[in-house]
Amino acid sequence: MSEERRRVFISGNEATAEGGIAGGCRHFFGYPITPQNKIPEYMAEHMPEVGGVYLQAESEVAAINMVYGASAAGARVMTTSSSPGISLMQEGLSYMLGAELPAVIVNMVRGGPGLGNVAVAQSDYWLSTRGAGHGDGRCITLTPYSVQELHDFTARAFELADRYQNIVMILGDAILASMMEPCTLIPRTEMPPPDRPYAVGPHAPGSRERNIINSLWVDFDVMEAVNIRNEERYARAAAEITEWDEFGSDDPQVLLCAYGISARICEGAVMRAEEAGVRLRLLRPKTVFPFPTAPIREWSERVGAILVVELSMGQFVEDVRLAVEGRCPVDLLGRAGGNMPSVSDVLAKVRQVAAKAGV
Amino acid sequence: MAEAKLINPYPDALTEVEMRYCPGCTHGTAHRLVAEVIDEFGVRDRTVAVATVGCSVYAYEYFNTDSVQASHGRGPAVATAIKRVHPDAVVFTYQGDGDLASIGMAEIVHAAARGENFTVIFINNAVFGMTQGQMAPTTLVGQRTTTSPRGRSTAEAGWPIRVCELLDTLDGPAYIAREALSTPQRIRSAKRSIRRAFELQLAGEGFSIVELLSTCPTWWGMDPLGAIRHIEDTMIEHYPLRVFRDRPAGQQEEAGSDA
Repeated sequence: MSEERRRVFISGNEATAEGGIAGGCRHFFGYPITPQNKIPEYMAEHMPEVGGVYLQAESEVAAINMVYGASAAGARVMTTSSSPGISLMQEGLSYMLGAELPAVIVNMVRGGPGLGNVAVAQSDYWLSTRGAGHGDGRCITLTPYSVQELHDFTARAFELADRYQNIVMILGDAILASMMEPCTLIPRTEMPPPDRPYAVGPHAPGSRERNIINSLWVDFDVMEAVNIRNEERYARAAAEITEWDEFGSDDPQVLLCAYGISARICEGAVMRAEEAGVRLRLLRPKTVFPFPTAPIREWSERVGAILVVELSMGQFVEDVRLAVEGRCPVDLLGRAGGNMPSVSDVLAKVRQVAAKAGV
Repeated sequence: MAEAKLINPYPDALTEVEMRYCPGCTHGTAHRLVAEVIDEFGVRDRTVAVATVGCSVYAYEYFNTDSVQASHGRGPAVATAIKRVHPDAVVFTYQGDGDLASIGMAEIVHAAARGENFTVIFINNAVFGMTQGQMAPTTLVGQRTTTSPRGRSTAEAGWPIRVCELLDTLDGPAYIAREALSTPQRIRSAKRSIRRAFELQLAGEGFSIVELLSTCPTWWGMDPLGAIRHIEDTMIEHYPLRVFRDRPAGQQEEAGSDA
């Protein structure tokens, strides 16, 4: 285990897996599904090097419940999947949110609904930020836009999961998963076990009361208290870890909002803004739950319009509109099914949006 | 005068919380047997109970050990991970027939096939108890439940599943036994099987399961004694009592080859 930072050329899947190991993950449970199979394969190959456990579950349903059990037992644990698999995990996610257990879940999103396809999509935004099964619980959701960020965010996710005692979801996609880029690897280090006084497991007789991991709360007030604690976590996370990046004109006429792979396309559009004759700036959330409401709201008072670009028929755009609250027009360039807008498509839409807004 | 001696003390591994089970239900007996075995091995502080969904959903309140409440049917997946994180823990799931043989069939089969080193206590009372008396995968042909009001017909609902026999086709399990909680002799036999299952887990031999034929007087529509007789007169005929598998210690490695 070398301390020096190694620069390598790897796929997003591999960068994610190695990010997990660097972040202290020593238990991985997963089930094959395209386009993320390189992650479990990487874990099967490399977990033994760090004394970790790789186990192929019989289904995504079993995988997420193994994650639940390992987290309850005090382990830094992770699973990865893609859209239909995450749908299957939703019950388990809800149980973990109810039991207030930390874990890291990676979703390399593919086209849907249904079996869909294995091409790029961003149509699991709601699934990640709203849809962690039944109940009020929500997943802290990070949105990397490069192989490097997949690596870094996955590694960091374990600390965040324990800090907030909550699931952290990494929202990737089929392109980020498969594409190869240079990536500087975080060195693997031995980490002390996470501080989980609530975890179950062998202990010295009389050293503590018995621990119970549970999400069944028949008493109304106890059940409500779980929800209130979760809301407090989310408020704390909003204050402490909301993160975004901005790029482009300091005096933009149109603000582009995009996350993940869409933000990569929008970067290209900002670089070629002159072609559209419109001053452009890109605001790219690195976290979408918590959501960067404040900066989007600020820009909404200074730009003529906001254009949201996402690979769905309009999910992320709803959070942008909630942040903007009608201060400026918010338009959407959404593609689905594996189709993506080109930089030229974005610029054409920018011209349209700018003309409509009179800027 | 001879000094009085308590020969059958209340187990440390049971809390004193009042159980929610119905009169005449044998869940209490099963809990007690498991708790006695935990005490006899002196492993209460390294035991993790996995409670599941069904009448025994509150098992975490009754077993005086660390506990994890699992979602419906997923106890074996949860137990798998706990044991993988803490190989020195003593882990058991406590599952009913709806949990284990209906919604959780995939998890129990795969945990058994992998030879996961934990113990399963499987309560088979041939009915969904907590949800108030619906048909289970183990409901006998002809048995009336709220969802087989004319009696289970094979034309509509097929045949009951014999879990031990099914798992006995796999190489992974170290111990498979079916017992009944209907008479003092059978209860003693059940205790021996539970003890053996935990013993093999402690020896690292792999997956062990003890099925316990149990009563549900409430949803069988019987009085407690009638329910006991129903096990004796009807259930055992369909679910024969026997030790299906008892792998001697030290034979884990060859398990695959001698099948």
